[in-house]
Amino acid sequence: MAKEITMPALSPSMTEGVLAKWHKKVGDTIKPGEVIAEVETDKATMDLEAYDKGTILQISAPEGSKVAINGRIAIVGEPGEKVDSFSAPAPVASAASVAKTATSSAPAPAVAAAPAVPPVNMGRVKISPLAKKVAAEKGVDVTRMAGTGPGGRIVRRDVEGAGGGSGRVSVGIFGGKPIAQDGVRPVSQMRAAIARRLVESKTTAPHFYVEREVDAAPLAKLRASANVALEMAGEKLKLSVNDFVLKAAVEALRRVPGVNSSWEGSSIRQHGAVHLAFAVALPDGLITPVIRNAHAKDFRTIAREAKDLGAKAKAGKLQPEEYTGGTFTVSNLGMIGVERFSAILNPPQAAILAVGATVKKPVVASNGAIVPGERMSLTVSADHRVVDGLMAGEFLKALVEVLESPGVLLM
Amino acid sequence: MATYDLAVLGGGPAGYVGAIRAAQLGKKVIVIEKERAGGTCLNWGCIPSKSLLKNAEVYQHILHAEEYGITTGKVSFDFAKVIGRSRNVSDRIAKGVEFLLKAKKVDYLVGEGKLGTDRKIKVKTADGKSQVIEATNVMLATGCLPRVLPGMKVDGKVVMTSREALEMKKQPKSIIILGAGAIGVEFAYFLNSFGTKVTLVEMKPRVLPIEDEEISDLLGKNLAKQGIEILTDTSMESVTASASGVKVKLSGKNAKTIEAEALLCAVGVQANLDGALEAGVKLDLDRGYVKVDGRYKSSMAGVFAAGDIIGPPWLAHVASFEAIEAVNGIFDAKYQPKKVGVFPGCTYCQPQVASIGLTEAAAKEKKLKFKVGRFPYRASGRAVASGDSEGMVKILIGEPHGEILGAHIIGAEATELIGEVGLGMTLEATADEIAGTIHAHPTLTEMIKEATEAAVGHAIHI
Repeated sequence: MAKEITMPALSPSMTEGVLAKWHKKVGDTIKPGEVIAEVETDKATMDLEAYDKGTILQISAPEGSKVAINGRIAIVGEPGEKVDSFSAPAPVASAASVAKTATSSAPAPAVAAAPAVPPVNMGRVKISPLAKKVAAEKGVDVTRMAGTGPGGRIVRRDVEGAGGGSGRVSVGIFGGKPIAQDGVRPVSQMRAAIARRLVESKTTAPHFYVEREVDAAPLAKLRASANVALEMAGEKLKLSVNDFVLKAAVEALRRVPGVNSSWEGSSIRQHGAVHLAFAVALPDGLITPVIRNAHAKDFRTIAREAKDLGAKAKAGKLQPEEYTGGTFTVSNLGMIGVERFSAILNPPQAAILAVGATVKKPVVASNGAIVPGERMSLTVSADHRVVDGLMAGEFLKALVEVLESPGVLLM
Repeated sequence: MATYDLAVLGGGPAGYVGAIRAAQLGKKVIVIEKERAGGTCLNWGCIPSKSLLKNAEVYQHILHAEEYGITTGKVSFDFAKVIGRSRNVSDRIAKGVEFLLKAKKVDYLVGEGKLGTDRKIKVKTADGKSQVIEATNVMLATGCLPRVLPGMKVDGKVVMTSREALEMKKQPKSIIILGAGAIGVEFAYFLNSFGTKVTLVEMKPRVLPIEDEEISDLLGKNLAKQGIEILTDTSMESVTASASGVKVKLSGKNAKTIEAEALLCAVGVQANLDGALEAGVKLDLDRGYVKVDGRYKSSMAGVFAAGDIIGPPWLAHVASFEAIEAVNGIFDAKYQPKKVGVFPGCTYCQPQVASIGLTEAAAKEKKLKFKVGRFPYRASGRAVASGDSEGMVKILIGEPHGEILGAHIIGAEATELIGEVGLGMTLEATADEIAGTIHAHPTLTEMIKEATEAAVGHAIHI
């Protein structure tokens, strides 16, 4: 009896595959386990192994053709056997029908022409009920496991070997325990707010991003000497890079005030005061305390208020007026080594500054020599309804100028 | 002289099944059989004994017809015809095996085969001619023969093994059966049913000593109620046979001398390699059984073995499994043959006994955590309706995963019921899957489900 060879799902996310190369032609005999073709998936090019034996009677998918999973790629049978009873090969599936195939085939029996031992398990995992229970208890991932039961079915000994760390599947020094307990948890108020506001922001405000690197060496030097001086003076205050960035942002906004605005639908509101928000990470989310009237505060006051508000935020003691009404936000992930990132706007503000870590790297000096440098990345995300590229660039330029001559911030 | 891919010595459930498997793989195969295809199972074991037991059941049904409101006249039987039917059944099925071999294009040669050091097999056929079979691979599947105790002389009339008992010309008025394993118990039931006075002697403390204690205790009581005298913890010291009967001196718990018209020795089997090896052929043996490795390979290159000849359990279904695994491995170097794991064991007396997996005692010994579920036949509507209300299904469910560790059934159709549990164990079903399977009502199989539910604490009907 002639049989179809179909496109197997070679990766969990695969919906179709490109028949990259045939190793067999019509009339060739094939046997189970033999590589008959190469298939390009969304992940990689993989060998397609025969599942049946016989002679190739028809190649339904020529090289280069796209075939949805379970779509026929060839017919195999006895030499000379008629293949009339088979329908014409399905045309290259459209995206919609591919999606339909993928979803509607999910609960169907295992893919017909899957190789004997699939590299990554797809859809239905062939596993015994007992193995499933043992795997659940041990937290063994059965989707990437090749079973030793009939047809690659995962049986108890497979998962027992995998879980204990002493069995067939080595998990090394990191152990194979579940990384966390499975489960669902309710969404906290804060997380609900983050979700709501950021979805609104990212879906309604047309973000664009501008980025510059700043020479952070002068800032590092100044900060170090300032901290030494503060310590000698018996001051408890210790200045952070972020303190300088906060103050610098205020000064840059002073020079390019258009960035300190909000989109209000039919109008754009220009804020005369800078209420500077900065992101503080919390165990289940983050909050952006606001330094009110930062445009009218000196460096030291900003540094102290940032410290106090940060501590209050972490203790969960911020009053509403202490975290609302910001006009511009600074988000800094430099302290955990993030070199650069782009933040999502904190609505209704028109811009947010993302600050990276200070990184030592080679830089080309003004004399053309390559010298060791200390660089910090600054990325502005802006609402294009309010701020255009040039304005964002000017803001960054001002920011860089101030940060590269940081002494001015202390005045 | 032909060259084969595989020559199989012995045409029993290992030999003929392995040969057919090899033929299915496209190999040229020959089976060399000394007597008749089908081996012990078909000719001198499973099949003819089941035939006799059916006669006993029918006779017992008729004797108890009154319970079903049926009046019979005087009921009598012809013992020679009872035995005759059994032989006819064997003849018919043996022919079936020969036909199968032919249909699967397996050459079949009746004669005494002798394996030489050069791996050639010299076969002496019935007509006195001899020929040499050459094969790339040889599989020994010569099976076992009934074991006879020292000092006992089998004459086939007064002193018998199961083989002679299957051809009894005359029903003995009384018989002593040594050994209360499956064979001894089945003959005890058969002969007792037809009115022979049966004394069943067992060295161990219980009948069917390898079965779960609870089950074999129940069987012992039931057989005693049927009129069989059971002497457990008792061994044979000596036997004196004469033309008119035997005297057996017993030791142990029932140390005495007993007499009967006949004696059946059913103390197990022994390896049968008699005449199968040429002088000079060195095979590693263990108590007469051929030692094989994980691929069923013996110590001699190209020589494999499967079935009873590689040791216990001596069961036809195990032998066939081994032979298929061995042959798969012989012709596919990448295939890892499986060894026998879980297998059912059945005894076809009434009530029947069937089991699979661990007994409760064995599970305790392994220090496993488990629960026991029991369901009595008397609580099954189907069993009561049929008048089969004696019996029990007992199932051992592991904790915490609910795997099936073992099942033990005594009662009507126990040997058929055990199949479900076997499939469940192979597929690694847990209590949830058994309980979650809709079992037809009313059937005896519902008891498997109910016992499983009882184990996990929610049986409905008990």
